[in-house]
Amino acid sequence: MLFCMAPALAQNGPAQGTLAQVKARGHLVCGVSGGVAGFSIPDSQGQWRGLDVDFCRALAAAIFDDPAKVRFIPQSSAARFTALQSGEIDVLSRNTTWTLSRDTAAMNFPVITFYDGQGFLVRKSLNIASVKQLDRATICLQQGTTTELNLADWFRTRGLTYKVVTFANSEQTLGAYESGRCDAYSTDKSSLYGERLKTAHPDEHVILDEAISKEPFAPGIRQGDDPWRDLVAWTHYAMIDAEEAGISQANVEEMRRSALSPDVKRILGLEGKYGEGLGLTTDWAYRIIRHVGNYGDSFERNVGAQTPLKIPRGLNALWNQGGLQYGPPIR
Amino acid sequence: MQRFIRVDLVASRAPPAAVGGPLGWMRRNLFSSLANGLTTLLILGLLAWALPIALRFLVLDAVWTGASGDACRPEVAGRPVGACWAFIADKINYLAYGSYPAAERWRPNLAVALLALAAGWMLWLGAPRRDLGALFAFVAFPVCAYLLLAGAPSLGLPSVATGLWGGFLVTMVVAVVGIVVSLPLGILLALGRRSTLPVVRVLSTAFIEFWRGVPLITVLFMANVMLPLFLPGDITVDRLLRPLVGIALFASAYMAEVVRGGLQTVPKGQQEAAAALGLSQAQSLRLVVLPQALKVALPGIVNTIIGLFKDTTLVSIVGISDFIRVLEASRADPRWSAATIPATAYAFAALVYFTVCFGMARYAGFIERRLAAGERR
Ligand SMILES: N[C@@H](CCC(=O)N[C@@H](CS)C(=O)NCC(=O)O)C(=O)O
Repeated sequence: MLFCMAPALAQNGPAQGTLAQVKARGHLVCGVSGGVAGFSIPDSQGQWRGLDVDFCRALAAAIFDDPAKVRFIPQSSAARFTALQSGEIDVLSRNTTWTLSRDTAAMNFPVITFYDGQGFLVRKSLNIASVKQLDRATICLQQGTTTELNLADWFRTRGLTYKVVTFANSEQTLGAYESGRCDAYSTDKSSLYGERLKTAHPDEHVILDEAISKEPFAPGIRQGDDPWRDLVAWTHYAMIDAEEAGISQANVEEMRRSALSPDVKRILGLEGKYGEGLGLTTDWAYRIIRHVGNYGDSFERNVGAQTPLKIPRGLNALWNQGGLQYGPPIR
Repeated sequence: MQRFIRVDLVASRAPPAAVGGPLGWMRRNLFSSLANGLTTLLILGLLAWALPIALRFLVLDAVWTGASGDACRPEVAGRPVGACWAFIADKINYLAYGSYPAAERWRPNLAVALLALAAGWMLWLGAPRRDLGALFAFVAFPVCAYLLLAGAPSLGLPSVATGLWGGFLVTMVVAVVGIVVSLPLGILLALGRRSTLPVVRVLSTAFIEFWRGVPLITVLFMANVMLPLFLPGDITVDRLLRPLVGIALFASAYMAEVVRGGLQTVPKGQQEAAAALGLSQAQSLRLVVLPQALKVALPGIVNTIIGLFKDTTLVSIVGISDFIRVLEASRADPRWSAATIPATAYAFAALVYFTVCFGMARYAGFIERRLAAGERR
């Protein structure tokens, strides 16, 4: 009952804008997942790493010129929105799917940072090639996710039956799948890459090719804070615009010294005062690229071909390379 | 004169094999009846089956060094692979301190050293000035530990946000705070519940029954997720402090009932005798009633403390990175994907928890034997 009340109670929110609060506090507070490989996971020294983590570091870099000025708080699927509403976190960067109902529940999703779809992890020995063959299967998944609803739709429209077992976090879900309680483990495909590697024998499991849903991941913020919304959206756009313009973490200093194209100059803050509209300095995007890199840098570093995950760029390639990542111009 | 009494002693002989020696011991202790004999055989069989497997997995086939999961893959190592201790070695700092900044990790270390000093002083019965020891353990140590861990910029210790604390450090913090608060508070509550003043009695009883009546998970969830919703936006209570308070109050309620159990074993005559000797209420409580009550309650107290130590892991559900949580997060590292990583992680967790809990249990056993020396019940 209390949970239903949560969104209504929610607007404890800041009288002041989130950006002003963050600046006054001296650091950003970012909600992430508690361990999804490639998206948010602490390394051996306790430093958080991943695509979702990089997004918050980019925000911190833009605001403070210091990607370390951010605190990460792991959130479970079920508690993540309450944490945002209660003001516990400034931004939720946690493989969260943007849906209409979430958007209207006193939240905003300024920009899609990752395009994904729901997939299935199954044992190779089952010899399954398509989701249709999962008729009458038992499927493990995580509570409070879009996964649950998608599954119901998909199976119902095809007249197939299934049984579902839900758990509070990914460890429990994977544990149940591995111990044979379910025939399949279903969640966002991007997470399944890491989950498969967590099993005792990754070679014995496959991720089915199909995706049964659209899962656009977006950072979540509280509703009614337009300046913060702009900043969150443009942090992502800066990272893809930089990639499109060929500015990477490796060459950003070089580019800044010798940039000729007005496009690059505007991104790097050498021309115009575009950052000021966001409440930041003119070199805001340069800071992001210098400290965190462009979108491609972050993608390759965290989930790309060089990492154990090897997630293909797919829909997340730039628009001019067959993907969907398209940044409005910085001008 | 005929002598009927033998004057020289008969040379002593070894007892018959059936009663003395190892054979006799076995006969008395292991095979005294058919059922006992079968049980012994069964247990021996189980051990003979399990020990070699455990030994092979944990020690003989274990991988001790390596920079990534590759070292623990049989196809790379070229031999069967057991526990992947290299994984634990790689993650050990994270497991111990969470995200506590590397340059400041001497501070938790020092705090643990102080804890050892406090515990040693309090627990070693022959130590000098144990009254000072109690003062140190219950007053000076908590203050010092807090300043060390959280930092005090005015003393030149940069502050470290509790969000960065993690791993075994957080498990220890939660457990120690739980113990240090729940012992005295539990005693007070137990006395309160037996008080003759109705207000005190009702309040204590209500407090105890409330905290015993709600599941710990609910307490933690309320503390962490719901509390901020009800507080005005500009008041924030530290994220770690919230579950800490919850756990401490929860444990106090249990402790109170254990202590009350002890109090009830002290006959009324003891108190009356103390009064007859001219001891004040407080003196009779401190010198006569409590020592006897706590002695009886000791196994229960230790039981509660061990339970508390293991319950601390529940804080992970409200986003606190305790030892089990960081172990799980470490396990998700794709660099360390290998068949035996999950088993290694859980074996390590079991080892750590067992060491701590068994240590506490042994110590309690020692104290009990010492306290019971006068009675041998
Ligand atoms: N995108 C979906 C699912 C997100 C989700 O919670 N995924 C799980 C499945 S792996 C997860 O991140 N778990 C990590 C954790 O429990 O810490 C949603 O927004 O509802």
